[in-house]
Amino acid sequence: MHETVPLFLMLQPAIAEISLGLAVCVVLMVDVFAGSAQRQLTPVLTLMLLAICAWLTVSVGGVPARQVLFDGLYVADPLATFLKLAAFLSIGLALFYSQGYLDRRGIRGGEYQVLALTALLGICVLISANSLLTVYLGVELLSLSLYALVAFDRESGVSAEAAIKYFVLGAIASGTLLYGMSMLYGLTGSLDLDKLATVNAAHGAGFVIAVTFIVVAVAFKFGAVPFHMWIPDVYSGAPSSVALLISTAPKLGSFALAIRLLTYGLGADPSLWVEILTVLAVLSLLLGNIIALAQSGIRRMLAYSAIANVGFILLGFVTAGADGYRAALAYTLIYVLTTLGSFAVVLLAARDEGEAEELEDYKGLGVRDPLLALLMLVLMFSTAGVPPFAGFWAKLWIIQALLHAHHPLLATLAVVASVVGAFYYLRVIWFMYFDSGRPQTLVPRQRAARLTLALNTLAVVGLGIMPNALLALCTALLN
Amino acid sequence: MHVTHLLSWLTWLPVTGGLVLLILGDSRAGVARWLALLVTLITLLLCVPLWQGFDHSTAAFQYLERTTWIPQLHAQYYLGVDGISLPLIVLTAFMTVPVVIAGWSVIEKRATQYYAAFLILEGLMIGVFCAMDALLFYFFWEAMLIPMFLIIGIWGGPRRVYATLKFFLYTFLGSVLMLVALIYLYLQAGDYTISAFQSLPLALIDQRWIFLAFLVAFAVKVPMWPVHTWLPDAHVEAPTGGSVILAAIMLKMGGYGLLRFSLPITPDASRELNWLIIGLSLVAIVYIGFVALMQTDMKKLIAYSSVAHMGFVTLGAFLAFDIQGATGTLSGAVNGLDGAMVQMVSHGLISGALFLCIGVMYDRLHSREISAYGGVINSMPKFGAFMVLFALANCGLPGTSGFVGEFLVILAAYKANFWYALLAATTLILGAAYTLWLVKRVIFGPIANDNVASMPDLNGREFTVLAVLAVAVLLVGLWPAPLVQTMEASIQHLLQQLSTSKIPAV
Repeated sequence: MHETVPLFLMLQPAIAEISLGLAVCVVLMVDVFAGSAQRQLTPVLTLMLLAICAWLTVSVGGVPARQVLFDGLYVADPLATFLKLAAFLSIGLALFYSQGYLDRRGIRGGEYQVLALTALLGICVLISANSLLTVYLGVELLSLSLYALVAFDRESGVSAEAAIKYFVLGAIASGTLLYGMSMLYGLTGSLDLDKLATVNAAHGAGFVIAVTFIVVAVAFKFGAVPFHMWIPDVYSGAPSSVALLISTAPKLGSFALAIRLLTYGLGADPSLWVEILTVLAVLSLLLGNIIALAQSGIRRMLAYSAIANVGFILLGFVTAGADGYRAALAYTLIYVLTTLGSFAVVLLAARDEGEAEELEDYKGLGVRDPLLALLMLVLMFSTAGVPPFAGFWAKLWIIQALLHAHHPLLATLAVVASVVGAFYYLRVIWFMYFDSGRPQTLVPRQRAARLTLALNTLAVVGLGIMPNALLALCTALLN
Repeated sequence: MHVTHLLSWLTWLPVTGGLVLLILGDSRAGVARWLALLVTLITLLLCVPLWQGFDHSTAAFQYLERTTWIPQLHAQYYLGVDGISLPLIVLTAFMTVPVVIAGWSVIEKRATQYYAAFLILEGLMIGVFCAMDALLFYFFWEAMLIPMFLIIGIWGGPRRVYATLKFFLYTFLGSVLMLVALIYLYLQAGDYTISAFQSLPLALIDQRWIFLAFLVAFAVKVPMWPVHTWLPDAHVEAPTGGSVILAAIMLKMGGYGLLRFSLPITPDASRELNWLIIGLSLVAIVYIGFVALMQTDMKKLIAYSSVAHMGFVTLGAFLAFDIQGATGTLSGAVNGLDGAMVQMVSHGLISGALFLCIGVMYDRLHSREISAYGGVINSMPKFGAFMVLFALANCGLPGTSGFVGEFLVILAAYKANFWYALLAATTLILGAAYTLWLVKRVIFGPIANDNVASMPDLNGREFTVLAVLAVAVLLVGLWPAPLVQTMEASIQHLLQQLSTSKIPAV
């Protein structure tokens, strides 16, 4: 059919990936030729290019309805457009927040921006994947960029260790993903998700094993227990700015992976993966929340908090119904928005003596830097799920979907786990406000980043009071 | 005077005031104080048209405001008051004023934030009592924890962190279980309005679970024995203002929840499980009375006395079923519910006043230990008079508000079961024992030490606050008729609801 359509029109829905690919080349070239004199050029250029790509994604690449391209390898639909936009915004914010931090740590080099962009490209590919091959391509592009980013600070042994761990475990996960995919291909004779979606699951043990391998890989990318081991090491070992990057936009990629692969491709018989996901979700909720209690470092605490939050997202998939997927989408978006803020606080609270690594470093922040402390307070209460902040609605919607799908026990478990979780979020507030800190030298305030962070937090409050738009959007995207 | 959107004003004016104070920053504490006082006074003044315009003759909700809030969840911004919530709203607005005045010269650390927290808290508490949409109710109910958490944590005593975390986590645990119940009800009823929940037929097994989920939330808040342990800690560590709000308003939310949610939404489960509430209430009244007797810390003593007095609220609220069983009619049950409501208002005034009294002494001597005082009346005669009045009210002296509520509940208990009444009546002895013993040790006797001798008597600010509260305590005690009239229609309606089975006919 596409012979009759001009090439340009055919490529139009894939403008996000195409423009992003070009942007990667431009940034790489400009960085090489700009020389050390124009250090600030690359970051600024990257952000500008990101904005242009985002604009193109909406204005040129937006599609009114589902559209399949490239012989079924690629799908464009409103969900994809929206998720890509969210990923652009998230990476853009992450890069913007990191700027001062990178300068101070002396982490320079345009490769940082390039790797962030390729990771973003991987996320976009993943979001639009409609074939097992595309899925794998996206996963690998994303993962390889992130491995390199974790090790970006060459001087740091901790970073290198984290990167090695991440790489080895990630490679195993990629292996299981490939293995599962190859089995699926052997059983069904197709890599196409459209075709897989119509296959009846009555394929016996082989099918079950294949799906299990795939679910394991998905769980690894999400960081669900027991495939979570890389999360704390990477979050605390990588430079804070990379931790910020990894903890946000890739979650959108993981969500897309689950939506495309599990609920669509393997959606004919959800019972194949629902039980495994239930176990993973419950373990993540319990272990994530309980181990987070014992952490003294803020990034490790946020890492375990991420694991616990993933448990919540997975619970949305456990319902195996559209309202659960919507809730998972809303949860992922709100989680990414909130985490962008809380990691940005970690970056901005860093001082000349070093990073604000330990929870102890936050003592007295309420007096030292009232604005930053107030923003962190809002973000922590939001993550704990207390109204009037966005995190409350995220949790509410998941619980509602669970009850609707007749899982009252899971719903109760989820809320009780979030009470356990509330403790470590409250502890941050306790340190900031109830304890007085030792005197510290303040680093110059980064006005632009602080203002953006304030707006970011304001969005968390706004969505907390009026979540209508987000809920309506999620409902429209996943019908 | 006619004000439209009166309930929205009452809710959002203090919240806005609090946010303005936060923006104002800490440098202008003087302005902040006056602004806070102004906002609380206007809020209180707004209660005048609210009370006057309220139609006593109907149980219907009034001053309704209803707009869509979150269409995807069928949640509405739906406010209204009836005879049960009106007195509590007025109580909230009334008690916040003394709190602001009490902190006037005492709070020096981050004063602006202190007033901001109390103003936001006031708005949210009024919101809890106004909300007619369960999700909106929950929204306020949870949001309220944030300012209280900060108030205890920032301005509290030495063990404030422990106390405030315990307070938050206990309440949070109770609340999330209630949330699960509310969502379950929503999925059955199709929207979140409380009235839809109340008219929703429910099988007994569902009712039992929902009742228990509600009970956890409200029992922690009331607090009922054995989940009361957060209260003494929170009270001891909280600053005076925090203790006053905690005792006067926040505890009432538990009682309000039982009347608004548990009884009308799960009447059959309430009937079946009323022994549980009555049993726990009697334990609270008797056992906690003894515990109060043994306290050496004044605030802890009043905290335990609060638990015992709130036991009357829960007892009165759940007596109706036994009265119906014993007498065959519901007519006697009005006393129990009336008593519960009067007791809530009265305890709000009396415990608030007692905590303010302790605050007055603490500001002078920086000790809450009973043994640090003695013969205070010699150096502070005016203060002594007030303290004695509130103490007598606390033991239920006729003529004070404490008497009315306790008397009505004991009367109702007698109709239900002689033994209930007997056990409940022990509070008259125990309450008198621990309160009067406290007064004897602290107020009377020879001057204990030089510190006490040098305590200056009440200043004008303190005198005004205590005098206003004293008038309120006496007014409710001598002339409870307006209060009882206001809630009469709503109580009758509630009785009707709880006596009508909701189990769907098979």
